[in-house]
Amino acid sequence: MKLDTLASWARRLRVRDISSRELTEFYLGRIDRLDSQLNSFISVTPDLALAAADAADERLARGEEAPLLGLPVAQKDIFCTQGVRTSCGSKMLDNFIAPYTATVVERMNTAGAVMLGKTNMDEFAMGSSNETSHYGPVRNPWDPERVPGGSSGGSAAAVAARLVPAATGTDTGGSIRQPAAFCGITGVKPTYGRVSRYGMIAFASSLDQAGPMAASAEDCALMLNAMAGFDPRDSTSVERPAEDFTAGLRADLKGLRIGLPREFFGEGLDPGVRAAIEAALAVLRERGAELIEISLPNSGLSVPAYYVVAPAECSSNLARYDGVRFGHRCDEPRDLTDLYTRSRAEGFGAEVKRRIMIGTYVLSAGYYDAYYLKAQKVRRLIADDFRRAFGQVDVIAGPTSPETPFRLGEKSADPVQMYLSDIYTIAVNLAGLPGLSMPAGTVGNLPVGMQLIGNYFDEARLLGVAHQFQQETDWHARMPAPFV
Amino acid sequence: MVTLRSPALYVDIGTMSLNSDEVRRIAQLARLAVDDREAEGFAAGLSDIFDFVEALDAAEIGGVEPMAHPLDAEQRLRPDAVTEPDQRELFQAIAPAIDGGLYLVPRVIE
Repeated sequence: MKLDTLASWARRLRVRDISSRELTEFYLGRIDRLDSQLNSFISVTPDLALAAADAADERLARGEEAPLLGLPVAQKDIFCTQGVRTSCGSKMLDNFIAPYTATVVERMNTAGAVMLGKTNMDEFAMGSSNETSHYGPVRNPWDPERVPGGSSGGSAAAVAARLVPAATGTDTGGSIRQPAAFCGITGVKPTYGRVSRYGMIAFASSLDQAGPMAASAEDCALMLNAMAGFDPRDSTSVERPAEDFTAGLRADLKGLRIGLPREFFGEGLDPGVRAAIEAALAVLRERGAELIEISLPNSGLSVPAYYVVAPAECSSNLARYDGVRFGHRCDEPRDLTDLYTRSRAEGFGAEVKRRIMIGTYVLSAGYYDAYYLKAQKVRRLIADDFRRAFGQVDVIAGPTSPETPFRLGEKSADPVQMYLSDIYTIAVNLAGLPGLSMPAGTVGNLPVGMQLIGNYFDEARLLGVAHQFQQETDWHARMPAPFV
Repeated sequence: MVTLRSPALYVDIGTMSLNSDEVRRIAQLARLAVDDREAEGFAAGLSDIFDFVEALDAAEIGGVEPMAHPLDAEQRLRPDAVTEPDQRELFQAIAPAIDGGLYLVPRVIE
């Protein structure tokens, strides 16, 4: 059987050219054969998958229509799945069998998706390289000595190697877009509030947002149709009518105003990445788009602001792991404090502890104004920069990451260098805007991602621009040789 | 959205250098056990991060309203009606130690 795209598989399932069971067995076989090279899955769930595939085949036989009916997908292991371990990449939750199911997963299941398993990730989504996972690092399918990016590194590597046609990710500071760029796939971080956070293990609640990761923009649009929608169980879910994200795919680029922030093309950008992005922009210009230089003057403050806001929210969210109600508990606690401190010390890895401590410090008495309040004000400056820019342009474009995938271990000893890996993506989370990364070229054998940033709720336009680009180029269709 | 307010005064935090005693104090607030060796390692990493975060001091934030929610949305309210069923047994099935519907912890009051 030959590999195909999610959209194409969907058509073939509908005309009964293939059954969901055959498709599911095909991808389970690839995971079984190839994932030992990548470590992209924490849990594979073949029994559940085959049962879901059979149920989908029955629905297909009855002529039912559902957006993802019979299609194999993977869930990032941050989404609660009732009856299945939900580890969040942490020893803390290694024994956690979720007692309920996340809205995203529930919506996808209702849409007929067949979950093959749960993908590897940085512990509690804190990382840009997938090296902080309790289950070991994920390797980049384009070069096993290099990282896949993070935190959704397992989903990105699995999709890039076509161990699954599509997967979910979450993005707090770039965790969908940066690994999508590093692995040569397409990923979308929707507008904050588009996709329910219910049952998605919280890291930084004012920034976290789930989104699709797949080979192409068309495949991402299909996924997002199933994932997005109002959920009364998430207090920050936005009440908006359902939208068909595939509707804008055939949009004309003529007259589209694309803003290029000069801050995203300055110092620190790898020359090879720059050349690839410029060549990709030329393709968009040839299709009639207008390129306009803009400025996001406060974007340099985005990483510092993020490393106050996100750890502050993380220290609060992760206070729930206390060794009492679920998760890891230390042996023979002497007293209650010993139970808390030792369970947490044993259950969390170094990066998670670091962020909990940053957050605890910036929220502690006497420091709140100097750090947290100041960062929240800078956050508004950053959002206002975008507001002004979108008065001038329809879409903003630039590199997703300043460099191609780095080597395993290269940045592990220097947290600040690791954090700077997300220098072009973090501002988008602080502002709550939608962003997309798509394959736009290579440097050597390594993929380069282009980031497209849209105005609030403008995901359909981003997907349209990416789809049009993918009609002209074949970067998104290329695959790492060992997995063809 | 600039409002007419005098710029707030901020503590000058200077160049940050946390020592391992301070790390132990933060760790205690965060309920994380750290040994001496770990405390030293975290002191270096955290000092670097706080140095980096000091870039925020350059921001001109006089009169800027802090932003807590990307869409400045307000808290949605729902009718005050019971929506959740009792699922104590389901939730306690994954607890480390329970007895008779109670979560067990070391004795707090002697």
